[in-house]
Amino acid sequence: MTRINMTVDGVSYSDEVEPRTLLVQYLRESLGKTGTVIGCDTSNCGACTVHLDGTSVKSCNVLAVQADGHEVTTIEGLATDGELHPVQQAFHECHALQCGYCTPGMIMQACDVLKNNPDPSEQEIREGLEGNLCRCTGYHNIVKAVQQAAGAMSSASSASSASAQAVSS
Amino acid sequence: MTITEDRPSDAATPEIGRSRARKEDQRLITGRTRWTDNIQLPGMLHLAMVRSPFAHATVTAINTDEARKAPGVVGVITGADIKDVQGAVANAWPLNGEQKTPNHLPVVVDHVACAGEIVAVVAARTAAEARDAAELVDVDYDELPAVLDLKEAVKDEVLAHPDLGTNTSAVWTLDSAAQGSGTDVEDEIAAARSDGVVIEREFRQQRLIPAFMEPRSTVCDPTGEQMTVWSSTQVPHILRFLVAATTGIPESKVRIIAPDVGGGFGGKLQTTPEEFATIAVARRLGKPCKYTETRSESLLSGHHGRDQWQKLTLSARKDGTVTGLKVELLADLGAYVGVVGGGVPVLGAWMFNSIYKFAAYHFTVRTLLTNKTWVDAYRGAGRPEATFAIERMMDELAAELGRDPLEVREQNWITHGEFPFTTVAGMTYDSGNYEAATAKAKELFGYDELRAEQKHRRESNDPVQLGIGISTFTEMCGLAPSRILGALNYGAGGWESASIRMLATGKVEVLTGVSPHGQGHETAWSQIVADRLGVPFEDVEVLHGDTQISSKGMDTYGSRSLVVGAEAVVRAADKVIEKAKVVAAHLLEASVDDIEFTGGRFGVKGTDKGVTMPEVALATWTGHNLPDGVEPSLDADATFDPDNFSFPHGTHLCAMEVDTETGATTMRKYVCVDDIGNIINPLIVEGQVHGGLVQGIAQALWEGAEYDDQGTLVTGSFVDYTLPTSADTISFVTDHTTSPSTYTTLGTKGVGEAGAIASTPAVVNAIVDAVRAFGVDDILMPCTPERVWKAIQKGRSVPGEGERDAQPHFDEGVPNQDPGAATEGSQA
Repeated sequence: MTRINMTVDGVSYSDEVEPRTLLVQYLRESLGKTGTVIGCDTSNCGACTVHLDGTSVKSCNVLAVQADGHEVTTIEGLATDGELHPVQQAFHECHALQCGYCTPGMIMQACDVLKNNPDPSEQEIREGLEGNLCRCTGYHNIVKAVQQAAGAMSSASSASSASAQAVSS
Repeated sequence: MTITEDRPSDAATPEIGRSRARKEDQRLITGRTRWTDNIQLPGMLHLAMVRSPFAHATVTAINTDEARKAPGVVGVITGADIKDVQGAVANAWPLNGEQKTPNHLPVVVDHVACAGEIVAVVAARTAAEARDAAELVDVDYDELPAVLDLKEAVKDEVLAHPDLGTNTSAVWTLDSAAQGSGTDVEDEIAAARSDGVVIEREFRQQRLIPAFMEPRSTVCDPTGEQMTVWSSTQVPHILRFLVAATTGIPESKVRIIAPDVGGGFGGKLQTTPEEFATIAVARRLGKPCKYTETRSESLLSGHHGRDQWQKLTLSARKDGTVTGLKVELLADLGAYVGVVGGGVPVLGAWMFNSIYKFAAYHFTVRTLLTNKTWVDAYRGAGRPEATFAIERMMDELAAELGRDPLEVREQNWITHGEFPFTTVAGMTYDSGNYEAATAKAKELFGYDELRAEQKHRRESNDPVQLGIGISTFTEMCGLAPSRILGALNYGAGGWESASIRMLATGKVEVLTGVSPHGQGHETAWSQIVADRLGVPFEDVEVLHGDTQISSKGMDTYGSRSLVVGAEAVVRAADKVIEKAKVVAAHLLEASVDDIEFTGGRFGVKGTDKGVTMPEVALATWTGHNLPDGVEPSLDADATFDPDNFSFPHGTHLCAMEVDTETGATTMRKYVCVDDIGNIINPLIVEGQVHGGLVQGIAQALWEGAEYDDQGTLVTGSFVDYTLPTSADTISFVTDHTTSPSTYTTLGTKGVGEAGAIASTPAVVNAIVDAVRAFGVDDILMPCTPERVWKAIQKGRSVPGEGERDAQPHFDEGVPNQDPGAATEGSQA
C-alpha cells in the first residue's frame, strides 16, 4: 500500500492505496465520487474524464499514485457558488444528453476544449471531443452545446474584462 | 445550484408542443446519479464471472480450490451448485409449437454453446479481489466443433446444440395468397419474367452490438423479507415476472428497481444470465451482491443484433409498377433463443412491403442456432432489416428502369388519399402523407441541385463522385395490441399502466409502467399531465422503474412508451378529472352536469363560480365536506391496450461523396423529414432522431461484430468495435410533417427507432449511387473504404453501360445464393 495526498473538488484527502489502483477507482470506491463513471476498459470512451491540475485526463488511464500531490476536479466540483458551469447549462438547454452516462466525461472534455480554444469551429469541437463516445445523441446537440457555451463564456469574460477596465480607469 | 429556466410555466401556453429542457438533466449534468454500480450496501460482496473461452465445449471439471483460498474470497459457485435454484433465461416468443428452444441456464452446468458463457462465479470483499480470484478457477473443457456461419448452419453438418438434432429453430411464413391479403407471389414473378422486370438480390445484415454506454450491473439484496434487485435494465417488470416464473421465488417476494439506466437500445431488454447468477449467489450466501460487467464482457455477453442473410425477388411491370415481393431470410439467433428471439425477424414480416402497393407478398424466415453470442432486439428490431432490404430494392428497380428512384417510389406508394390502407401483408396503416414529407425533404436537401452536381461530376470524370441515397421508410410502433401478440404466440400482453396520485398540496405524482433509460419521459409525461389536469409543469413528478412504486407495466422498447404508456397516463388523468368533478360540484353547490373543467379550474356553466384542481385535492384530502358515498381520494389508475400499431414514416435523403481512387466516403448532407404524428416535445424528438440516425449510419459505414474461425469475438473491445465519434459525424437537417395517429388521444406515433430504421439504406443507396457508373450494384456493410474500393475495381472490369450481361437469377428451389458474389467479393 502507498500513501497518497490529493485535493479533489476542493477537499484534501490522504489515503493508503494499492499501487495498481486507477484514479477512477480511487475516486469512485474510496471517495464516493460516483459522478465520474467507467464506460470501457480500453481508454476509448472517455466517460471517466476529469481534470488533473486543470487539464483533462481519462481517469482510467492514470494511476491514483500518479495523482499524488495533485489537484483533481470532477463533474461534482465543476459548478461554483451554486452556479452551474456554462458548459453544464448549455448541455441542459441544448438537450446535449439523453441517458447521461457519457455526460460527466463529455462536459469535462468540453471544458478543456474551450480552455485551449475559446472560439472553436464546429470541426475543431468535433475533433476535440473525439475521445469521448456518446451512443444517444449522435453528437449533434453536444456540438451545439459547446458552441453555445463558447459564446456564453466569451461574452461573460468580455463583460468581466470590460468591468475590470471600468474599475481601473 | 439549480438550472436557470428561461421559459417559466405559463398557463396560457399549452405544454404539449413546447421545447422544454428536461427535468432529468439536473442530476445528470452534476454527477448526482444513481447508476446501479454506484450502489453500496453494508456487507455487500462483489462478483466476478469465470467465462468460457471456447465457442462450443463440454465442461469436464472445475477446480475452485486455489480461488477459494485467495484473499477476501467468500465463495466460488459453479453451475452445479445452483442448478436447481438459478432459474433460466427465457424465450417469450416461440414462433410456433415446433420451435427448437435450447435450455438457457444462467451459469452453465456442462454444455457451453458460445464463448463468454458463465461457468463459475466468484464472490469476494472487493471487485478487484473477485477478479483476481476468478483467474485462479481452473476449468477443464472438451472442445466441440462449432458452427459459426449462418449458411453453414443450414446444412446441419455441425450442430450448435447436438441434442436438438438440427440448427433450425423455427420456420415462419406469411403469404398474401394464403392469408387472403393479396395474390400469389410466384404468379406475379412468373408474369414479370416473361413480360416485365425481375430484380433479385441478396443482402447481408451484419451482426451489430447495441453498445449502450453504461455497462450492465446488478445488485441483489436478499436480506429483506422482499428480495430487492437493482439492475441496469429496460424491463424491470418483465424481469420480476421471469425471476418468479423461472426460479420459483414468489412474485410478491421480488422487488426490481431500474435506477438511472445508461442507455439500452434493446440491449437491456433481455433478462440476463448475469442477473440470474447474481440473484442465485446472493441468496446462497445470504449477503447483498453486486456484479458490474467490464466493457469487454458487455460486448461479448450482452446480446447482439441484426445478423441476417436476405434473399429478395421483386417483380414489376415494364412501366415500373411493382407487383410482387418475395422475401426469404436466414436469421442467426446465436447460441440461444433470446426473450424476443425469432420474434425479431418476424417483426419485419409486415414491413418489407413498406409503403408500396404490391399485389403479392411472401415472407419466410428460418431462424438458426449457431455457437455465437445470442441475438435479440437492437434499435428497430426487425424493421431496420426490412427497411434496408426494400429501400435498396427500390433503388435497384429504378436503376434497372433507368429512372429517378424517387419517381419510381412515388409511382408505387400509398397516396395520402388512400388511408386507411390495408397492405398486402395484412396491416392497416391508419394515416400518413408520403408526398408531403418527400416534398419538404427534397426542398431542404436541394435535391435537384445535388442531382445536377452529380451529373456534372460524372461527366467530368471527377475522382470524387457524388451519390444521393433515398429512404422513404415506414415502421410499426407502439408495441402492441395484446390480442395480436396472443395470435402470434407471444407470451405476454402489450398493454401499459399508469396511476395518478393527487397530493394534498396540489402536487401530482404520476406512476408509469414504462421504464425510461434516457428518453426523457419525466419531462414529456409532465407536459402531458400539466395540460390535462391544468397544473404547472413543475408540480408534476413522474415515478417509474421500481416494481414497488409503479407496480404494473410492460416497460420500454419498440417505440411504445409515448404511444401506449402515455395514453394510459391520459386515461388516468381523465378519471381523476371525473372524480374531482363530483367533489367540485358539491363544493360549488351545483349539479355535476353544470361543471366544466378548463385550464385547471372547475367552473359552473354560466357563472363566475369555480374551484381549482389543487383546491379540490385539498378538500378531498381533508374529507370534511364530501358528497355522501364519495371516497376521499382523487387517485386513479388506467391500463391501456391499443387497438392497432402506429405507423410513423419519413423521407430521408443522404448525399455521400466517394473518392473513387481510395474508396473513402464522406457524408456531405443528410436531411430527414419524419412524420411521427403529434409532437409533445420537439427538443426531445430531435434528440431521438439524431441519435437514431447515427446508429443507423454506423451500421452502413463502421460497425460490425466479427468472429474468427474459432468462434472468438474479435471486435471485443471499443478498440475494435468502432462506434462513431463526434469527428466521424456531421450535423443533420431534421424536420417534420404531421399526420396524427387515429388510435390514441394524443395522436402520437413513436420516434425512438425512426432514425436508426431509415438511415442505413439511405447511406448505402448513396454510396452505390455514387459508384453505379463503375458497374457496382451492391457493397457489403459496413461500407469500409476497402470494400468500396474493391467494388469499384471489380466493377471496372464489367463492360460499359448497355453492354452488361443480363443480371444473374436465383436458381429455383436452392436456398440463399448470392448472384452478386462473383463481382462483389464475399467478405462476410
